[in-house]
Amino acid sequence: MAPWLRKPNISASQRREMPAGLWAKCPRCKNLIYQKELERNLQVCPKCGYHHRLSAAVRIAITVDEGSFTEFDAGLTSVDPLGFSGYPEKLEEARRRTGRAEAAITGTGAVDGFRAVLVVLDFFFMGGSMGSVVGEKVTRAAESARQQRLPLITFSASGGARMQEGALSLMQLAKTSAAAARLHAEGLPFISVMSDPTTGGVTASFAFLGDVVVAEPGALIGFAGRRVIEQTIGRRLPEAFQTAEFCLEHGLIDMITPRDQLRAQLSRLLRFFGAPRAEVEATA
Amino acid sequence: MAADPRPTRLGPQQAAPAQPMPTTRLSAWEIVQLARHPQRPKAPEFIEHLIVDFTELHGDRLFRDDPALLAGFGWFEGQPVAVIGPYKGRDTKENLAHNFGMPNPEGYRKALRVMKLAEKFGRPVLSFIDTPAAYPGDDAEERGQAQAIAQNIAEMSALRVPIVVVITGEGGSGGALAMGVGDVVLMLENAIYTVIPPEGCAAILWRDAGRAQEAAEALRLTARDLRGLGIIDEIITEPEGGAQTDPDAAMLAAREAVGRHLGALAALPVETLLERRYQKYRIIGRQVERLSRAR
Ligand SMILES: [Zn+2]
Repeated sequence: MAPWLRKPNISASQRREMPAGLWAKCPRCKNLIYQKELERNLQVCPKCGYHHRLSAAVRIAITVDEGSFTEFDAGLTSVDPLGFSGYPEKLEEARRRTGRAEAAITGTGAVDGFRAVLVVLDFFFMGGSMGSVVGEKVTRAAESARQQRLPLITFSASGGARMQEGALSLMQLAKTSAAAARLHAEGLPFISVMSDPTTGGVTASFAFLGDVVVAEPGALIGFAGRRVIEQTIGRRLPEAFQTAEFCLEHGLIDMITPRDQLRAQLSRLLRFFGAPRAEVEATA
Repeated sequence: MAADPRPTRLGPQQAAPAQPMPTTRLSAWEIVQLARHPQRPKAPEFIEHLIVDFTELHGDRLFRDDPALLAGFGWFEGQPVAVIGPYKGRDTKENLAHNFGMPNPEGYRKALRVMKLAEKFGRPVLSFIDTPAAYPGDDAEERGQAQAIAQNIAEMSALRVPIVVVITGEGGSGGALAMGVGDVVLMLENAIYTVIPPEGCAAILWRDAGRAQEAAEALRLTARDLRGLGIIDEIITEPEGGAQTDPDAAMLAAREAVGRHLGALAALPVETLLERRYQKYRIIGRQVERLSRAR
């Protein structure tokens, strides 16, 4: 077990997300995996390499240096601005199920000794969809990175814009992208990590605006949905369409990094970009 | 400001100055039909009527020229402007030739190229929007539809010249926003602007595309709704029965509004313009902060 995993700072919600029982069935290879083994393996199937989806809390726990994470805006919650039928109930259910107020966790933390502002979307909260609060949190995080002169790292897992907030959700694409553009204008690093799935409005805004775009193996990444495209072109799409591997082949992302190497990869990039160290670096 | 501790209220709560409204109120679904009306004047007609000596520029210099999107330069009331707009056709033949006004990534990249030219030469950008969506094709995905849209949104948020957006018909989600970030966003009375088409929304939420009428109401996609939400700045009145009944009247109204806003924006120093544009989007949809019971 990696040393930074020994005491994850958000262990309660990490456990909540795990299915009950000692064994988990891999959705890809259908093998039964011992739950503890899956956990040790960062939720990557030891048999077939399938990267299970992570809650935002688990993502933070496996990414940041132990005890280094300080959350922003944990209490920011969505209202129902359009009076959209069924939305308050869906929000309530998502809050109950995840124990989180919204579909994003943001804050500062250290990644292998590099201080950074982190944004992590939570697919388990209404499909990680971006409504006004998620857009607001992403924007505040980017603005905080700008003020503190820190790198921004986003971890996306989202079905796109949140329909129940209509055009307000669409405007979050503009808001978050404008904030990302300001980071670029000031020479601050922005690394975007896309995990399964990253689609729709999140891809059409900040997630594709990173200086470097990293994807996890096998992640679904794309703008339009498979069914819509198949209806439009009148053909079935190949299995590998809109996977991380497809995106790499078509030049849309920089790299695919397996989960167990992600921290090292982020560290390498942050070092290259000249990101500040959390504490004084030992002289070599 | 990042961690502003003050409770914040905005967007929807912003008061909109009163505007004269026609007496008859159409349903959202009726407005969707008008926005998609085959005889409704399309972006190319607005360009034809409002822009003198329009000179079309072609190609994104990377892949090809996208016939679904028009971009170029011309003169608006004696002032040189850059113009972009999707090409929705007037009939099936035109629609097939121009992909129903649904741009591919190269279309958005062409638009960006022309906007960057506008920035270089200090010309304002005028964007006429009428598109059902960014083209949902496998080739569009391969060439980075999402990245192209994201890039345009980000670049438009910081383009150093005034941008006036006019939504004339359908404002279809990210595909529209990729041409739709501006200092002033105007919208024709019977145009729509939505995060997802009502049919798609109904299909996803209720697994029943037949409930599109209901979704159209729920999505708050009309000009009047969006004005109330602070997403658009002004409604351009249409003749009774819709713009197709008297296209000249609709275009005259658009000309007046565009001229007024271009004039006002021209007076702003560029840094003021950019800060105002940033704040315009920054405040949309901020929520009332409250302690979460979940914590
Ligand atoms: Zn497996």
